[in-house]
Amino acid sequence: MAGNKGRGRAAYTFNIEAVGFSRGEKLPDVVLKPPPLFPDTDYKPVPLRTGEGEDYMLALKQELRETMKRMPYFMETPEEKQDIERYSKRYMKVYKEEWVPDWRRLPREMMPTKKCKKAGHKSKKAKVTGQGTSLTNPADVLKKIEELEKRGDGEKSDEENEEKEGSKEKSKEGDDDEEDDAAEQEEYDEEEQEEENDYINSYFEDGDDFGADSDDNMDEATY
Amino acid sequence: MTQAEIKLCSLLLQEHFGEIVEKIGVHLIRTGSQPLRVIAHDTGTSLDQVKKALCVLIQHNLVIYQVHKRGVVEYEAQCSRVLHMLRYPRYIYTAKTLYSDTGELIVEELLLNGKMTMSAVVKKVADRLTETMEDGKTMDYAEVSNTFVRLADTHFVQRCPFVPATENSDPGPPPPAPTLVINEKDMYLVPKLSLIGKGKRRRSSDEDATGEPKAKRPKHIADNKEPIPDDGIYWQANLDRFHQHFRDQGIVSAVANRMDQTSSEIVRTMLRMSEITTPSNAPFTQPLSSNEIFRSLPVGYNISKQVLDQYLTLLADDPLEFVGKSGDSGGGMYVINLHKALGSLATATLESVVQERFGSRCARIFRLVLQKKHLEQKQVEDFAMIPAKEAKDMLYKMLSENFISLQEIPKTPDHAPSRTFYLYTVNILSAARMLLHRCYKSIANLIERRQFETKENKRLLEKSQRVEAIIASMQATGAEEAQLQEIEEMITAPERQQLETLKRNVNKSINRM
Repeated sequence: MAGNKGRGRAAYTFNIEAVGFSRGEKLPDVVLKPPPLFPDTDYKPVPLRTGEGEDYMLALKQELRETMKRMPYFMETPEEKQDIERYSKRYMKVYKEEWVPDWRRLPREMMPTKKCKKAGHKSKKAKVTGQGTSLTNPADVLKKIEELEKRGDGEKSDEENEEKEGSKEKSKEGDDDEEDDAAEQEEYDEEEQEEENDYINSYFEDGDDFGADSDDNMDEATY
Repeated sequence: MTQAEIKLCSLLLQEHFGEIVEKIGVHLIRTGSQPLRVIAHDTGTSLDQVKKALCVLIQHNLVIYQVHKRGVVEYEAQCSRVLHMLRYPRYIYTAKTLYSDTGELIVEELLLNGKMTMSAVVKKVADRLTETMEDGKTMDYAEVSNTFVRLADTHFVQRCPFVPATENSDPGPPPPAPTLVINEKDMYLVPKLSLIGKGKRRRSSDEDATGEPKAKRPKHIADNKEPIPDDGIYWQANLDRFHQHFRDQGIVSAVANRMDQTSSEIVRTMLRMSEITTPSNAPFTQPLSSNEIFRSLPVGYNISKQVLDQYLTLLADDPLEFVGKSGDSGGGMYVINLHKALGSLATATLESVVQERFGSRCARIFRLVLQKKHLEQKQVEDFAMIPAKEAKDMLYKMLSENFISLQEIPKTPDHAPSRTFYLYTVNILSAARMLLHRCYKSIANLIERRQFETKENKRLLEKSQRVEAIIASMQATGAEEAQLQEIEEMITAPERQQLETLKRNVNKSINRM
């Protein structure tokens, strides 16, 4: 709205007297930058309270800080691996007590998943015996190799090749799994055992038929 | 929570529990309650570490969990509880003044470990006390248990909520998290234990072992395989009760400053009588009759009943209204107005802050506005008898720092500035909150400064520590004065000065907290 512009002169919308400036007086400069970061103060702070109580609490505070660092609740960040392992590091480690929380008071999802190697071994053994294969696989292998020796060299060389491939596979798997968790290491062990089992069982089963067939029918084309 | 408080929480958690716990804790404070997987995903830490960190936080009562529908467990951080970690030394010192060294160590162990069973506390405290005693003397478990019972009776330690023992008639799968319950009556009930034994002195060979503790440790743990009689009953320090105690101390010292020693003793007696019967956030205590107060006065004070009545009347008539009269039976029923007392204490603090920061004339204006509630600018100048320009300047300074606020009262519906009243007023609640927030900010700054100073001078500190150790060991083996001198000179004079300055600055920053 075209209000009264004071006939070309600026007029304040509020009573300038109330703010404290008389009419026509020079207004203070406009502030163009933020106030200084550490301004000088006219009034210095009051000195600190000292006394027996305060001294005791000060000493207590420092002690508490030190004690907290040694408690088992202080979780240290795992350090990055250094290039050269220093000999002195072994003797400078601070030994802390282990703390086990009361699992009955915590939600069930808090418990670490029980997949340590020993438990894995036991379950693995149980599984392995459960499947009817025992840890005497090397003996089996030797027996079956002897059996096949009688069948001919072809199978044996095939079998050797397959063995080499199998072991390469195993070693590759081993490399991969070294970086995985213990959980998967347990699975890897199982798989290794199963691999051997599968390899031996299925191979020799096939090999019996396969070898017999191919030897007998050499003239026919193989598809 | 404000940014400053979150920053302070992060610094405290980092100092006390390490970086991993700090990351998880600060994330929970910022985002409210969250389930486990979301925390792991958002913070980018492995699930294993998140679980460990949460266990630590729950153990120290900094995080609570809740089971929501569909079996999801959500974790929530208690920011105010993290900030209470600042007051640990004060809690421990209070316990020392009330229950001497035994009480002090009990409270310290409970604060450091979050929750503990009574037997574990008693054993640890007895061992620690035995260390400090002379050779041949040991601390008996019974004495420590007695102090523990006294702490429980005065509500300074309380039982944690526990898992209710349910009969397994419910064949369904166990719930994802136990719901902890605590009965009001059971909170301070001490189990009947017969703890017989004495504190054990730690063998000196244990202290030297650096490479050997591993061998000794399994043996040590194997000793504790006996069944604990109070298994599952955990105790924690009751921080509310300590706060109540601080509040009482504040009120008593205020009365002592305003009136005299005797009246402060009377008020202290009244507060002590209502310690346990009044809940901590009640506006006033239970009414106490003058006869009861007379009977409960401390033994050393032999003032007559009449004098007591006079004092009580004086206290009740005081404009500060700490004590109020609520009836006439039993020689006069008196209450302590807790909320009013705390309000006056807060106001007094505000006044003193304004005085120290801006000067006594500003303080005069501040008190004036407090008293008159709402004042216009002109009225301020008239009542305070301060020239207009200076009054204006001071008012604006206080306004910019938010000690004083402006209340607009428009005369016309269009709120035109020339036709509006602007009244200065003090909103005590908001000013107090602002001051508190400022305190938290400065504490965070001080902690950072202390860490910076310590890091800068780390080399020097380590050197001085080594020199001290050498001197101590040489003194133990009886070295000559000359040798000791030589070793002390390893630290040059300017270094020594630097060390002194550092110590003073660090102490100052700790002290200000």
